Amino acid sequence: MTLAEMGRDDWARFTLRQRMQRYAVFAACALAVAWALGSIEIIWAWVWDAPVQMGDLFARMYPPDPTNLGTILRVLWETVNIATIATAFAVILALPVAYLAAQNTTPNQATLWLGRLILVTSRSVNTIIWALLFVAIFGPGIIAGIVAIMFRSIGFVGKLLGEAIEEIDKRPVEALEATGASRFKVIAYAIVPQVMPTFWAVAILRWDINLRESTVLGLVGAGGIGIILQGAIDTFNWREAAMVLLAILALVILGEIVSAWLRRRII
Amino acid sequence: MLKITDLVKRYGGGDPVLKDLGLTIEGESVVSIIGSSGAGKSTLLRCINRLVEPTSGSIVLNGTELTRLRGRHLREARRKIGMVFQSFNLVDRLTVMENVQSGRLGYISTWAAIMRRYPKDDIRRAYELMERVGIAHYANKRADELSGGERQRVGVVRALMQKPEILLADEPTASLDPKTSEQIMGLLRDLSRELKLPVLINIHNVHEAREYTDRIVGMRYGRIIFDDAPGALDQEAMDRIYSGSPAADRADGLRQAS
Repeated sequence: MTLAEMGRDDWARFTLRQRMQRYAVFAACALAVAWALGSIEIIWAWVWDAPVQMGDLFARMYPPDPTNLGTILRVLWETVNIATIATAFAVILALPVAYLAAQNTTPNQATLWLGRLILVTSRSVNTIIWALLFVAIFGPGIIAGIVAIMFRSIGFVGKLLGEAIEEIDKRPVEALEATGASRFKVIAYAIVPQVMPTFWAVAILRWDINLRESTVLGLVGAGGIGIILQGAIDTFNWREAAMVLLAILALVILGEIVSAWLRRRII
Repeated sequence: MLKITDLVKRYGGGDPVLKDLGLTIEGESVVSIIGSSGAGKSTLLRCINRLVEPTSGSIVLNGTELTRLRGRHLREARRKIGMVFQSFNLVDRLTVMENVQSGRLGYISTWAAIMRRYPKDDIRRAYELMERVGIAHYANKRADELSGGERQRVGVVRALMQKPEILLADEPTASLDPKTSEQIMGLLRDLSRELKLPVLINIHNVHEAREYTDRIVGMRYGRIIFDDAPGALDQEAMDRIYSGSPAADRADGLRQAS
């Protein structure tokens, strides 16, 4: 006798036991959120006050003050250069790291771990923290900013590129090994062409991210537009601060347009 | 001459895939290897150019013992062995010419390879071979723009660019439609005659094996149980090679129907 003949008309995706388990997990999550909310000290009066404060700040920011626009644009250009130079160096330095960190290209287990160590170190430290470190080493200025962004980008680009190397079609690699080509030539002919699209996509994406990150580097003295923003806020020059924020917004939108265009052209 | 003796290949600790296998190929004959999936055909071919490491035994190609070669010596030996694959194994994003020239990678300098500065002789040879198989007009196209039959022609030319002493073909027609498949088999046979090149072909299509090859080797469970001219492959031999497999059952059905 089949199930259909028995006239079964009940069906449930989960058994009772599975349902109970799922409710338990939901309850645990809800408890965790409630506990998290309870354990942070929120001064509710300030939260309710926020709309008034916001209105007040906007009133003080309006109209934006363009007297220093020349300086702002010059420093903004410096910001773009920090992002671009850092991205260029990071992408080049990330290539050998990706090679080491990909399981199918790394020479041996030790190099694999070396590659992964570099990636983790680079990625686990925020750009601002790297910047604080390099300001201490190189002194304030754009060099610290460039190196900070570079250090953070190597991990990002290396990680994504390494994963792209691991996901390639292995059959052409086998075919070229069968022709008697050396390891390096196999990489150049069978692996590089396959990861090229990812390489460009990641490089453009990272440049886009670096453009945004380089605008806050100035807050810790590592060059770029952030220095002017910090100065304006510290001196309660809200109208200039508004001008700087507008300039950053324009830059980010422009960066978005440029990277979208590059993506279309190259990939 | 290719001489394989007592070849054993065992993956992990299980039953060997190849069991004391012996096979000699002399002259420029086209030899096909038939057998059901899992018989060890592909492993046998890959042991010859060491894409698969043999466990024990000996493989000698024109006086060179292949099984113990390492590093540079292995690469130099591989240059003499061309291979054609079931799924063509081209680099899709490179042009047909680059794919064809990648057969010469074992010979040219790294700098020439990266800068795509191929020797004039190689370019001339590439055009001649591409002309011969009918793909010369695709030289500048990307490999992924070609149809299956054309892609396999690129694969064949890439292997021939190596100036191989033997050509291995691992189910070269299994991804192709019947008509294209026969064209590629005919091409392999004709090229073997023209270039005086021994060709070893793994194949599932017994009809094509009979039609296009000079000698048929039948494998079953890692052993050669048939080795003769195509004419000698009778129903009894087919049954031994394919017994208990779906292919044999289909053949039985056909026999009863006719």
